[in-house]
Amino acid sequence: MTHHRPFVDIRHAQKCYGELEVLKDISLQVEQKQIVAIIGPSGSGKSTLLRAINDLDPLTSGEVWLDGVQVNKLLPHTQYEKHINQIRQQIGMVFQHFNLFPHLTVRENITLAPKLLKGISDDEANVLAEQQLEHVGLIDRIDYHPSQLSGGQKQRVAIARALAMKPKLMLFDEATSALDPELVEEVNQVMKMLAEEAMTMIIVTHEMGFAESVCDRVLFMDGGVVVEEGAPEVIFRNPTQERTKNFLRKHLEGVK
Amino acid sequence: MGLDFSVVPGFFDVILQGVFWTIAITVSAAVLSFFGGIFFAVIALYAPRAISWPMKGFEWLFMGTPLLLQLFLIYFGLIQIGIDLPAFVAGFVGLGLHFAVYNSELIQTAILAVDKGQMEAARTLGLSRGQALRHIVIPQAVRDVIPPIGNNMIALLKDSALVSVIGVSELTLSAQLAIGRTYRPFEFYAVVAVCYYIINLGMEAVLRRLERRVQASR
Ligand SMILES: Nc1ncnc2c1ncn2[C@@H]1O[C@H](COP(=O)(O)OP(=O)(O)OP(=O)(O)O)[C@@H](O)[C@H]1O
Ligand SMILES: [Mg+2]
Repeated sequence: MTHHRPFVDIRHAQKCYGELEVLKDISLQVEQKQIVAIIGPSGSGKSTLLRAINDLDPLTSGEVWLDGVQVNKLLPHTQYEKHINQIRQQIGMVFQHFNLFPHLTVRENITLAPKLLKGISDDEANVLAEQQLEHVGLIDRIDYHPSQLSGGQKQRVAIARALAMKPKLMLFDEATSALDPELVEEVNQVMKMLAEEAMTMIIVTHEMGFAESVCDRVLFMDGGVVVEEGAPEVIFRNPTQERTKNFLRKHLEGVK
Repeated sequence: MGLDFSVVPGFFDVILQGVFWTIAITVSAAVLSFFGGIFFAVIALYAPRAISWPMKGFEWLFMGTPLLLQLFLIYFGLIQIGIDLPAFVAGFVGLGLHFAVYNSELIQTAILAVDKGQMEAARTLGLSRGQALRHIVIPQAVRDVIPPIGNNMIALLKDSALVSVIGVSELTLSAQLAIGRTYRPFEFYAVVAVCYYIINLGMEAVLRRLERRVQASR
């Protein structure tokens, strides 16, 4: 019997650090072109869940599937490395602190992985870098080093770098949290553009307004469990769980 | 007997030859110590114990004993087990490995100090750990220790005088040769000292340019 398996399928994810259970039996399904926001207080396990998807933080138990392939399948070490590198090429990830490669130019940041992993020529790589930078509006910065860019520009380059691998799925871990307030919007704009281009995205964020305007679904996590999930208007306007209400209330006060 | 530098020009070719061999052994040993340093650092940090532990013994040998002894061991000692190296090669290997061990210490510390987000970002793109080390982590680590590695290289230049004792006809041995014929140690040692100093200045200039070039990429 064949049955439909969701594009991203996380089943019974559990993650322990020693005694500490950080993810407690979480299941999450994301369909292609969906955009899911994960919100929740600090330490609730949002990053851990996101990083389990590309196996940056391997799960203690449970399964992660992407597009019909199990990401965290049991394989001998060398085979597993090959397998996971293949999978990771299909998953773009954007970090809070950008993690651009400071010793490389913007162009080289973008072309390094495609050149190494897809064997494209220098000319093709240059075209690719130009396309991706055009896309995020930074073509004039192509030969700069990351240290010469603003935070917002760095994050846009980091997004361009991820997109240059033509990923099927993009993961964002508080992509705008490290930015000065006036630089947040330019990064949000790029993420909105990706949404319009129908990229599948999972976004950990503290920006409720952005989550509400861009996402199809919102997960509220606390203490390693998904407390509540639903459409943004439900989670933000009519949450049913006490913990969700408290979190949103505190968050609103914090923002004010 | 006063000083008489007029004997020096007659040995111009001998000294020039000394300059050539000093530069040759310094540069080649510096290159060996640089890449050897990276190699040893990667082994110390990432290789399984079966490989990294013997390395520790090797490291102890090169850090805990005099360089002169190491040169004797390589040049005279290895012959007994059938390895008869030409003097230059023995000097190159001895100097190169000796300083590789010191460079390795610097590079190990620098590798560990590279932000772990760099490795994560590289792995996230699909690079293997080896690729991430080679293209992302090690270049940054090396960049961060160019000044102290430069100091090691200047020490290497000065210690290259030691290879005169195994018969490499570099500057110090050239001076001894000229002195043996003229009995004018002060004049020739002074001239050779100036030669070392000039080579030293050249090396420092190269290092400064290197440092400036990597400044932009921080
Ligand atoms: N390497 C680790 N070793 C031990 N505990 C860890 C480790 N990484 C994370 N944790 C713990 O796991 C829990 C969840 O962390 P996680 O980073 O996923 O939270 P988060 O929801 O992303 O928080 P934030 O909003 O602050 O980023 C926290 O209690 C954290 O201290
Ligand atoms: Mg987090």
